[in-house]
Amino acid sequence: MPVDRLATGCQPLGFWDGMGLWEQWGINFFPRLGDTMCRAMGGATPGGIPDWLIFAILGLAGAFAVVNVAMLGVPYVILLERKLLGRFQHRVGPNRVGFFGLLQPMADGIKLMTKEDITPRVADKLVFSLAPLVFVVPVLLMFAPLPWAPHAVLADLDVGILYIVAVTSAAEIGVFMGGWSSNNKFSLFGAMRVVALVVSYEIPLVLAIVGVVMLTGSLNLAAIVEGQRFVPNLLWQPLGFIVFMIAVSAELNRAPFDLLEADSELVSGFHTEYSGMKWGVIQIGEYAAIIGFSGIIATLFLSGWKGPAPMPGYLWFVLKMGMIISGFIWVRATIPRLRVDQIMNLGWKFLLPLALINIFVTAGEILAYPDGLPVWLIPVNFAFAAIVVAVAARLLGIQGQPRQVVPAPPVFETMASS
Amino acid sequence: MHGDYFNDYTAVLIASVAGVVLVLTAFVGSLLLSPRARSALKDIPYECGIEPVGDQWSQMHFRYYPFAILFLIFDVEAVFLFPWAVVFLSPFLTSAIFYEMLIFIGILGFGLLYSWKKGVLDWR
Repeated sequence: MPVDRLATGCQPLGFWDGMGLWEQWGINFFPRLGDTMCRAMGGATPGGIPDWLIFAILGLAGAFAVVNVAMLGVPYVILLERKLLGRFQHRVGPNRVGFFGLLQPMADGIKLMTKEDITPRVADKLVFSLAPLVFVVPVLLMFAPLPWAPHAVLADLDVGILYIVAVTSAAEIGVFMGGWSSNNKFSLFGAMRVVALVVSYEIPLVLAIVGVVMLTGSLNLAAIVEGQRFVPNLLWQPLGFIVFMIAVSAELNRAPFDLLEADSELVSGFHTEYSGMKWGVIQIGEYAAIIGFSGIIATLFLSGWKGPAPMPGYLWFVLKMGMIISGFIWVRATIPRLRVDQIMNLGWKFLLPLALINIFVTAGEILAYPDGLPVWLIPVNFAFAAIVVAVAARLLGIQGQPRQVVPAPPVFETMASS
Repeated sequence: MHGDYFNDYTAVLIASVAGVVLVLTAFVGSLLLSPRARSALKDIPYECGIEPVGDQWSQMHFRYYPFAILFLIFDVEAVFLFPWAVVFLSPFLTSAIFYEMLIFIGILGFGLLYSWKKGVLDWR
């Protein structure tokens, strides 16, 4: 295994020689900085500081950097969402605090810090306080195996994608802890709904990944990016991409699947009773999950840090993440919220069969062309995906309950006739 | 050194400690900065502005339960699928693994169709 990662010991001598500047930046934002630090601490010489200490210090720096990318990304994703939603609704969005509203997140943070933190008298106080922590920490852990650039990985896990699936579903424990401990009817309803929703969409999410894993033959996220040699996986896996996108927006509890905080039914779901910084921490967790999941989508389907033009890898990666986040915001501005029964139907009767079909079509294609898939399969795949989605949607539409037409109350009729 | 396995999971451990420290810092910051004005009315559970009616522990409908069972079945299936998908390109295996997995998924798919026909998947 190579040692040239963000957070492991000294680089071998001459590692940076003969590389162009772009290539160096692709590996590390500050080329040679970690290496210089490592050597200054005596890591390369015998009798210097032991390797584990260097690893601990560099690992701490790497973890700090990754957590801060999430933490600094969140306020600006929130600002981007407010700006874009404003534009979608013919408003300007926040533009008062700072130029173009750029200081709005800072103002919001200060406001949340100085708000009173109320805990209901009947709440289970320990669980109530722990819930934001349990909700946020798994979301931050999601960033650990993401490859930002070649070799720029905090933890190069061989089970990368399985680890991500495991860690993200752990966050729902925090949601349920919050909903249960608030001792509020709306919170409990919201928490029950979110568990039912996440449990239903977890399966299509995991099954959509299987197709990508089959194409690559590895669960390691960096290997999955390396495996997309000429074209991104999206072109081989259009059906898997559709299933994955829908399942992810349900997993994130974003519109049109935002049942847990359906404002018009449950006040705001599981965080009805939260206020002050605890509410802020929950909000950070939700938006950090959006950033993390868009990073995963970029890695799995859009060939991560690779791109057609010579640009540092992390720039490509952040660009793709931004596109996916804007896509989520667009969907939120466009599609109205689904009912509970519609959501369950969509998950179990639409996405799950599609994910299974996708697995076997991919397996058949690989079996027929073991030495690499031919290019003409790309339009065939897209046509197949369109046909299967259309047929499945039609079947689901027939199977669903008929729309009820409510007759207008008589008072309107008299008003109209007079 | 203890190998890459140790390194990578230590990095995960360090990241989780960093996350806990970060959240606790936010809590301590709000503890130091936020005002405290307790009152009995503020502490009652929120119920759209009126006094809470009845017990907060409302009963949950049975319909959540079949979904939990189905989730267990299909999540275990997904766990079985991952090792299969990883070795699918391996030259040491024949195409028989494709048909074996087809049979396995076929049985589970039949189970899904059965529960569909039985109406377990309908939310009511």
